[in-house]
Amino acid sequence: MPDQMKKPDSGTGPCVECNRRAFTKAGVGAIAIAGAGSAVFGYEFLSPNVLYEPSPIVDAGKPDRYPPDSVTPDPQSGIYIVHGPEGIYTLSAVCTHLGCLTAWKPELGIIACPCHGSKFHTNGVKIEGPAPRPLPWLRTWVDDDGNLLIDRSEPLARKQFVRI
Amino acid sequence: MINLLEELAGVRNTRVWRSVFRAGSGESNLHRSLAVQQNVFLHLASVKVRRRALEVGVTWYLGTLSLGGFLILVVTGILLMLYYHPSVPQAYADMKDLQFVVSAGVFLRNLHRWSAHAMVLLVFAHMFKVFYRGAYRPPREFNWVIGVVLLMVTLFLSYTGYLLPWDQLAFWAITVGSNILAAVPLLGAKIRFLILGGHTVNANALLRFYVLHCVILPLIAVLFLAVHFWRIRKDGGLYIGEKTNE
Repeated sequence: MPDQMKKPDSGTGPCVECNRRAFTKAGVGAIAIAGAGSAVFGYEFLSPNVLYEPSPIVDAGKPDRYPPDSVTPDPQSGIYIVHGPEGIYTLSAVCTHLGCLTAWKPELGIIACPCHGSKFHTNGVKIEGPAPRPLPWLRTWVDDDGNLLIDRSEPLARKQFVRI
Repeated sequence: MINLLEELAGVRNTRVWRSVFRAGSGESNLHRSLAVQQNVFLHLASVKVRRRALEVGVTWYLGTLSLGGFLILVVTGILLMLYYHPSVPQAYADMKDLQFVVSAGVFLRNLHRWSAHAMVLLVFAHMFKVFYRGAYRPPREFNWVIGVVLLMVTLFLSYTGYLLPWDQLAFWAITVGSNILAAVPLLGAKIRFLILGGHTVNANALLRFYVLHCVILPLIAVLFLAVHFWRIRKDGGLYIGEKTNE
């Protein structure tokens, strides 16, 4: 292409058009590649690779801290450790509506969300309110040291109890 | 008094003055139009306006008042930035320092907060006024679209500023708001992750909202404001109604 542009009569011949077209094509192509690259780099840059967030695994201590027929809220971890007749299980305290932290109401025996008024039973089932789903159950197990551990990263598909 | 005007005309005809403002002195309409057209800031506005367009009833000055709110927010916002660190948990302490320790801090913070509320109100009122008077109709339909963008920018500025005090209200408001964002089909969770810079409202979210609030959104606002004002001139001035439009 630079050779053609050096031709002395290139200002009048039809080749000017093809040069211009080729130049435009190359230019648009280069800009498109640069744009796509910037989009990929921009997306990668904006997605943090390391997060300094608390671990999803919570150490809740020895299971005998949770007497039968009790609900123990841990607002710092956003969970309820419930010791029901079938055993110990853990509920997420994060409302399924818009992510507010729910509160245990011992005088009513229910869990209630302060933001938009959703109410739940201690097994997570919704009583009323805008929440679309019950409070999720979280995987709960006892490690080799005898401590109760809870994984907050994923909800359980089926109910599980820890029996001591 | 006349001498003063003559002196001023003398200054306006000096070489230095005319190198900055090319139109020298002169009382003619041509000189006056040149003075407006050749100034990058003034050229956004019309050289002439109809007397009727300046009457209160036509606009209630709602657009100008919105701009006034924006200017107050820029000035007070820059001053607040001098005492505010966008980090956890320092942000909350800085907000409290502004209220109780910094001289005139509580005045600036409250001026910023109330102006923000007022600006949202004024922008909505401005749009209702434009809508019910039919001032959005051609040839002004594109400026209406610019106005909708500016409404969005105003709301985003309001929303991002809401997190910065880093108190309970801020934290839960942004938790709820970002979960609403996650309701976007398919991309929702990803958008939420990018906006917050994490899975929860935390230090990254505070910093991202701070940068959006103090740099990105104000720049977008200034850009669209310039186009908005320039289009008023290009679309034939303020809409003054059918009956008196002669």
